[in-house]
Amino acid sequence: MSYSPNTPEDIREMLAAIGAASVDELFAPIPAELRAQSFALPGGMSEMELLRRMKELAGNDRPLIGFIGGGYYDHYIPAVVDHLSGRAEFYTAYTPYQPECSQGTLQALFEYQTIICRLTGMEVSNASLYDGGTALAEAAMMALRVTGRNRLVIDAAVNPFSREIVRTYLTNLGVEIIEISSKNGLVDRQALTAALTDQTAAVILQNPNFFGTVDDLSDIATAAHEKGALLITSVYPISLGMLKSPGAMGADIVVGDGQSLGNPLSFGGPSFGFIATTKKYIRNLPGRIIGETLDRNGKRGFVLTLQAREQHIKRHKATSNICSNQSLCALRGLIYLTSVGREGLVELARLNYDKAEYAKGVLGAVKGVQLLNAVPTFNEFTLVLAKDAAAVVRQLLDSGVAAGVPLGAYYEGMDNCLVVTVTEKRTKEEIDALAKQLEAAL
Amino acid sequence: MKLIYEKSVAGRRGLKLPASDVPRAADLPKNLVRQESAGLPEVSELDLVRHFTNLSRRNFSVDTNFYPLGSCTMKYNAKITENVAPLFADSHPMTALLPGGESSSQGALGLLFELGGLLAEITGMDEVSCQPLAGAHGEMTGIMLIAAYHRAKGNRKKYVIVPDSSHGTNPASAAMVGYEIITIPTAPYGDMDLDAFRAAMNGEVAAVMMTCPNTLGLFNPHIKEICDIAHEHDALMYYDGANLNAILGKVRPGDVGFDVIHVNLHKTFGTPHGGGGPGSGPVGVKKELIPFLPTPRVIMQANGSFALETSNPQSIGRLANFFGNFGVMVKAYAYIIMLGREGLIEVSEQAVLNANYMMAQLKGHYDVPFDLTCMHECVFSAARQLKHGVHAIDIAKYLIDRGHHPPTVYFPLNVKEAIMIEPTETESKETMDAFIAVMIEAAEMAEKNPEVLHEAPLTMPVSRLDETKAARDQNVCFGPW
Repeated sequence: MSYSPNTPEDIREMLAAIGAASVDELFAPIPAELRAQSFALPGGMSEMELLRRMKELAGNDRPLIGFIGGGYYDHYIPAVVDHLSGRAEFYTAYTPYQPECSQGTLQALFEYQTIICRLTGMEVSNASLYDGGTALAEAAMMALRVTGRNRLVIDAAVNPFSREIVRTYLTNLGVEIIEISSKNGLVDRQALTAALTDQTAAVILQNPNFFGTVDDLSDIATAAHEKGALLITSVYPISLGMLKSPGAMGADIVVGDGQSLGNPLSFGGPSFGFIATTKKYIRNLPGRIIGETLDRNGKRGFVLTLQAREQHIKRHKATSNICSNQSLCALRGLIYLTSVGREGLVELARLNYDKAEYAKGVLGAVKGVQLLNAVPTFNEFTLVLAKDAAAVVRQLLDSGVAAGVPLGAYYEGMDNCLVVTVTEKRTKEEIDALAKQLEAAL
Repeated sequence: MKLIYEKSVAGRRGLKLPASDVPRAADLPKNLVRQESAGLPEVSELDLVRHFTNLSRRNFSVDTNFYPLGSCTMKYNAKITENVAPLFADSHPMTALLPGGESSSQGALGLLFELGGLLAEITGMDEVSCQPLAGAHGEMTGIMLIAAYHRAKGNRKKYVIVPDSSHGTNPASAAMVGYEIITIPTAPYGDMDLDAFRAAMNGEVAAVMMTCPNTLGLFNPHIKEICDIAHEHDALMYYDGANLNAILGKVRPGDVGFDVIHVNLHKTFGTPHGGGGPGSGPVGVKKELIPFLPTPRVIMQANGSFALETSNPQSIGRLANFFGNFGVMVKAYAYIIMLGREGLIEVSEQAVLNANYMMAQLKGHYDVPFDLTCMHECVFSAARQLKHGVHAIDIAKYLIDRGHHPPTVYFPLNVKEAIMIEPTETESKETMDAFIAVMIEAAEMAEKNPEVLHEAPLTMPVSRLDETKAARDQNVCFGPW
């Protein structure tokens, strides 16, 4: 079974038109010695059997009550997101190379670019990148191009996975990456400013950072700009319903992961990465960009634009090798934010903040638990436990709770630290229960 | 159609949020708080539903139209795969990375491991990493693996060789890893010029990137020889899997001599293209390259359970937030096990049959730059039509008016006025016949009444759009708010 509709009669007629005796004959250009030496795959199955098999496999993932983030967040997804992004006219189309018959995708992506600009306080956005981590790597490469410099300063409180992606991308390009250790979950401003030179292409920060700390990075933007460097910030989009926008802080390139905007956890993907910047850097943006224009009758329409930056035109001189974007996930992000709406996003951010503040109070009061520090946080915060946090998390997993992300694997000397995430989906009851379980484990 | 922002009315609401079950916390200090609104649209749920439903109706798609976009393998996407992907919707990727967390993620880790194994068998490679997020991302990963291999051996390498018919992503991906590019022309027989390749080959070449069948839809009979020449110089062979749909069960790149490959799950393995993504671009390698694979790497332990290797000093590192576009992999895995061995072989056989039928029916009407048996796609040139002032783009636009998504035009770059048609195995003879009839009609129209082609399309929500204006205005965001 291959979803091929060709009947034996169709095949005969087509072969006759081609002038071939058999389908095998069509493979004659492939020399015999190059033929597959093995193709040991199982036989096929029906839809019904497949569903049974897939349910069995998915059943091996244990449902947990999650207080974990690490860049991916358990937010509620409104029903409209699945229903509308599930329209096959969206999901079975491809890159809108032919704009006249792709205005649906093109207009949606133009609306997406607009919503990203508004959310981040920036002037231009592309039509999405793969994910938040690769978007950060692309932003770093963009800053190298814009400034013609070769050095990056990155705060260690940027998500460790994203930092690793940046390193992976830049390893072969001889770029110097200076990492600034955090001081108790806060950016070390003194060390960071000292690391800034006239060779620095960009300073890379995250807000809220991996420890959950919320900061105003305006002074760092000023310090970077004085040295001719750019400020790149990675942001958590839901927090922008409450927190000062990176645009208002003076950021030059803003990136983030769109998973929290209507994309399921789905074991880590697909989501989308967003990237936004100021107008003057638009030609250095990687990836697809949608632009507004007019048709022959003066009617508004949308097209892929500034394609001369891209690999299919510029080949090895392109701004990036990226070809596809994460169109469908970006569409989900647009539908999500439209459904939540202007006031809804403010309320949603508040709900996340209030629940996290409540959890901070309750968990911080447990014997053997301290807060890393008293800094402002959004919906994540770092606890210092009286014991090794990895052991505590392991123990609590047995009772069906993912209590948080222990920091020992990512930061030296932070074995007792635990980052706890609270979204609007966690209830007061669940938070109270976590406090009891934590108390019992310590 | 109005933008969603133009439909916004102050005070309208879509989603209703739950009431808070915790006390309101003290506000954050003012300098940390947003002062201006984020300006999201304010619409009712019905407004939202109508807006996006009506937008969707302004798209051609596989489910509504024949979509023979060459090089993109726009096959039918089985609906059952849409039903199985959400089974993993609530699996948090961080769970598997928690201490002791792997045991709570055995389903997802098992699927990753099994899919890697299936893809390794299909392509003849020793191990596959599913982490790369798209085809081009897989190419970049593959070239990074090659760079790591050479570094470990102390090889000094500077160049990557690509044929001029290659996808633009090939040279762009190699450049992202810091290599210089050598481009080899296409010979009159339709494949990379072997003599030019031999002449260009030297000890500083890190890799040769090939698509086979190439973007002209032709299988290169000298591919083994090319692999041998490259290996003599300790250059590795990279297989761009964009055209894998042509050779399932027929040829395995690993058997031929390729060292690194990527496959496009959204092309060959039936996952939807999503209007431009998400894709997924797993990378396969021969055993000498396994130590360099990205982390985290999924492994099977002696007791049969699945675990993650999170660090390895030789690894090129991490390329994605977590484990790749997992939801896409679920669909591809379902597709592969549902079709099974025989089904996948049939995929390639029927795809090649359909493409050759298309070629046979149209070659009297359009120039064929390389008149050979093609594989899964065929390439024509509108050079004959150009004599009447009709370009490939005019034919493409006429096809839109007649209800067909156009083929890929102006690619590959080495064919003048290229028209690249990939019907895929899921299209019926009747559908192809209808398309062929319109293509013939367009060829006749080019001679008799070219104006009609220049004016097309007339039946779409918009006529031809001014791309120069778009590039000049750079209006990429609706503002102000």
